[in-house]
Amino acid sequence: MILLPCPWCGPRNVAEFGYVGEAGPRPDPASAGPEEWRGYLYGRANPCGWVAESWYHRMGCRRYISVERHTLSNEVRPLATEGAGR
Amino acid sequence: MPTRPRPRRYPARYSAFSLLRHGLAGDHLVPAWRDRELKNSYDVVIIGGGVHGLATAYYLAANHGITDVAVLDKGYVGSGGSGRNTAILRSNYLTPEGVRFYDRSVRLYERLAADLNYNVMFSQRGHLTLAHNDSSLRTMRWRAEVNKLEGVDSEVVGPAEIKKLVPYLDVSAAVRYPILGALYHPPGGIIRHDAVVWGYARGASGYGVHIHQNTEVTGIDVAGGPNGRRVRGVRTDRGDIAASTVINCTAGWSTLVAEMAGVRLPIQTFPLQAAVTEPVRPFLDAVVVSGSLHVYVSQTDRGELVFGASVDPFAGYSMRGSLEFVEGLAGHVLELMPSLAKVRLLRQWAGLCDMTPDFSPIMGRTPVDGFLVDVGWGTYGFKAGPVSGEAMADCVATGRTPDIIAPFGVERFAEGRLLGEKGAAAVGH
Repeated sequence: MILLPCPWCGPRNVAEFGYVGEAGPRPDPASAGPEEWRGYLYGRANPCGWVAESWYHRMGCRRYISVERHTLSNEVRPLATEGAGR
Repeated sequence: MPTRPRPRRYPARYSAFSLLRHGLAGDHLVPAWRDRELKNSYDVVIIGGGVHGLATAYYLAANHGITDVAVLDKGYVGSGGSGRNTAILRSNYLTPEGVRFYDRSVRLYERLAADLNYNVMFSQRGHLTLAHNDSSLRTMRWRAEVNKLEGVDSEVVGPAEIKKLVPYLDVSAAVRYPILGALYHPPGGIIRHDAVVWGYARGASGYGVHIHQNTEVTGIDVAGGPNGRRVRGVRTDRGDIAASTVINCTAGWSTLVAEMAGVRLPIQTFPLQAAVTEPVRPFLDAVVVSGSLHVYVSQTDRGELVFGASVDPFAGYSMRGSLEFVEGLAGHVLELMPSLAKVRLLRQWAGLCDMTPDFSPIMGRTPVDGFLVDVGWGTYGFKAGPVSGEAMADCVATGRTPDIIAPFGVERFAEGRLLGEKGAAAVGH
């Protein structure tokens, strides 16, 4: 079983979460050009290794969390999640 | 059709007569293709020894007489997606581009055994895509009409006809997912996927193509100039190879290989799991697919039931099976065929699917001159093997992108011309 560290609920089964995808900053709507939006929309690093991701705890606290996951071994490390107390 | 060069057949043609002769003489079996020394230069280097790579090599040699070709695979031929798919062939897609493309593929598959002198066991037993609600029935009708316009045999059928085709299917109305109808596609069916790979390898080798297994590409040499970048060759764990044309025919690792040439592809890799049961007596003729239930079922000649599903819920390169998959699969299969409750699963496995934003492949030239791609095949790459090989070979030999793959260029993402084949991929994503 793959456990994801939810900062609010503790380690929980991955099946409780919705996969959001690779984490990355959203372009600034005031300044971003088409090229930048295209990269944000379609570009993925898709590494075979560690990657920072967002997940949605849909069957738990229903909050978004940040983790680092190894895409080959599925090991997971917690990342600082915005708004989490611990 | 260009005139075909005469292949240097190795070994001799397979036939009933040669089987009898070798049987009586007690000869040892000769390998189906030759092992060759790795050269330090080829005209064309193909990365990936699956059905796409080997078909490209075969058609380069057979249709265009280009035989100074090497196919490199980091494992053995057919060890990736070509040996992990559920071997279903069909052409009942949604967009006219998709239908034309896969129809050509099915037609090539139909004559493949004769072309390759290799039994690929293509069984056109019919293909049923079930509709469990009004909206999917509407999509089936749409697909059937597009298919018919493109000359593909495809029709919407009702529960009574479905019951005749697949008697063990539960078509009663009082179930959670009632079967309202289905898209019936008679030319669809299953094939022996290993035989397709081996047949292409043997055919290509017969023309002098080199097939190098256990040869991993570790880098791609690209020369930059004022007029753009151009590929020079590849580096492998067995030495460097110079080549003016390099084709990326990998699945699962396509973004990593393209990155070596400095080309970024809008692809994310997802595992897709499949499973097979113990053999039972033949009872299932057609291939049965349910998009709503995320499952497809067929029975092999050995009697095993082969099940596939949609891709795993999160991206990655792990090919380990999961319990969640088996649980979901069993529930969905029993929803369709309750009589299978006591059949046991023998094994499960996973393959890697390169998903693009529009569920269509990425084919043809890239911003790096001489570096071509035939990637992004998602969950439907195997059925497209022959036509992709033929088109990629055309692309290399003539220097022009053939019409049949023109919609699949990588530039479509920048130009906002996405294809939208999502409605016709076999299962939900």
